[in-house]
Amino acid sequence: MSMATEPGAAPLLEARGLTVRFGKVTALNGLDLTAPPGQVLAILGPNGAGKTTFVRTVATLVRPTAGSLRVYGRDVVRDPAGVRRDIGLAGQFAAVEPTMTGRENLEMTARLFGHGHKAARRTAAVVIERLSLGEVADRRTSTYSGGQRRRLDLGASLVGGPRLLLLDEPTTGLDPVSRREVWDAIRDLGANGTSVLLTTHYLDEADELADQVIVIDHGAVVASGTLSRLKASIGQDVIEVAVTEPAMLGAVAQILERVTSNSARLEPGGRHASVPAPGGPAELASVIGCLEEAAIAVDEIGLRRPTLDEVFLTLTDEAKISPAVAGASMNGSER
Amino acid sequence: MTVAQAVVAPAISRPVRTPGIVPAARQVALRALRKYVRTPGLIVMGVVQSAMFLFSFRYVFGGAIHAGSGISYVEFLVPAYVASIVLFTGGGIAVAVAEDRAQGFTDRLLSLPVPRYSLVLGRTLADSTTNVWSILTTAAFGFLFGFRLPGSWLDGLAALGLCVLYAVVFTVVFIVMGLFAPSPQAAQGMSLIVFVFAFLSSGYVPATSMPGWLQPFSKYQPVTPMVDAVRSLLTGSSSDVGLALAWSALLIVVFTPVAVLRYRRA
Repeated sequence: MSMATEPGAAPLLEARGLTVRFGKVTALNGLDLTAPPGQVLAILGPNGAGKTTFVRTVATLVRPTAGSLRVYGRDVVRDPAGVRRDIGLAGQFAAVEPTMTGRENLEMTARLFGHGHKAARRTAAVVIERLSLGEVADRRTSTYSGGQRRRLDLGASLVGGPRLLLLDEPTTGLDPVSRREVWDAIRDLGANGTSVLLTTHYLDEADELADQVIVIDHGAVVASGTLSRLKASIGQDVIEVAVTEPAMLGAVAQILERVTSNSARLEPGGRHASVPAPGGPAELASVIGCLEEAAIAVDEIGLRRPTLDEVFLTLTDEAKISPAVAGASMNGSER
Repeated sequence: MTVAQAVVAPAISRPVRTPGIVPAARQVALRALRKYVRTPGLIVMGVVQSAMFLFSFRYVFGGAIHAGSGISYVEFLVPAYVASIVLFTGGGIAVAVAEDRAQGFTDRLLSLPVPRYSLVLGRTLADSTTNVWSILTTAAFGFLFGFRLPGSWLDGLAALGLCVLYAVVFTVVFIVMGLFAPSPQAAQGMSLIVFVFAFLSSGYVPATSMPGWLQPFSKYQPVTPMVDAVRSLLTGSSSDVGLALAWSALLIVVFTPVAVLRYRRA
């Protein structure tokens, strides 16, 4: 609704060297990011990458240890109250009161945003309509399905008419049907001009919803851009080899890296090695030739599409060339 | 784009101003009270627990406890029990506060443009109300189990008023516990600590019957003057009342800022 005042206004988000530490743990490590308003922005990353901490910092629930973060030009440290007026948060858990009805929950939150009695009732009704919760609005939320509860939670973050909606893993733990419902709701909001920042570790979720994607790992941005650009860079086929003799894995990795010029991933202590192969079948043929030449016996070799894990790893491990390091990080680096 | 929006869905208006501390606290309190009233288990368990404890002391342990000359155990016990009942039933407050943190409700509140003090104020209002309910039901059980007012009903009202003050004081203490507990289960465990203060006071046995090394603790901890003050108000005297009020003020002054600061970064 405030689109008219938007052009030329401050960016939706502007992070400069944003760092958050909890004791010895560094959750955000000098994160830099600028995002324009009016978009659905997805933050992708493995568990422990710092996604939730980033959202909580935007929501003024966590204070930066160093660096700065501005939301629509307002600094989260100097003007947290101003930031709170602009945002609506739906966290990882649906924070609705189970003993209250959907309508009561929405009206309460609307009052807490500053709406008067009448405005709160009107706003709750609009949100119920928009999120298609009419049938269940006057039932206690303890009777809701997972998807209904999430949609109500989404609604609760909307009643203050936020300019930016923060959704932390909005569909985690939902069944496929409920996920679709929540996706439709988010898409509808995006289409209505609300900026949305959502975190997810599902690539298909980002695919469905996001205009822009930011991949973070170890508390810093490792890739960003539109989904189509990102996909083009990661949508390569993968050569996968299973060696007969685990001791030969290192030699196989060398061949894979020489042929494809990409860093290979080794299954720690196992027999599998894989590498992104931009050249597809031609590179597969060269690899087979080289293996024969070196007289390395393999059980299996083939070309396949990358898995979701590999997409993450490709993006989050780009800087790491050493196979040993790449292999180690396959186990994940959970915080 | 703006035009299209108006057609697609009615706009959600932005509030003109942020809520004041009292309206915000009212919403926080209403929600906590609704949760309490609409969870029959909470109410029933509270009443049953307070009746059970009182029954056990009055009829089971009471026979073996000599309250002092010229006073029956039920006269000795009931005022102290009503004064300190919140120490036994207030664990639910700590658990509710810890649950709100664990389940994201506190995050939601803190992400809203509400004055930070309103969270503590609302919570205190709501839980003090439920505590007054448990004081009243416990007092009713006291009369049912044979307690009679030693003085006038005005003295009784004054004593009740003091118990209500304690309810507010202990509420803030339990809120702080819930804010520091790492989980709701831990909050439940932590709230058992205060049992010690109730039992090691002059409330359940005369302090003079305790071993010598324990008596100083019993004498100088807050619950002893608090229950003694209620007993003296019932008989029209006012000894210990000043000390009890001082302790109440001290606890409020210490624990309220802790709660407010802790809520900020919960």
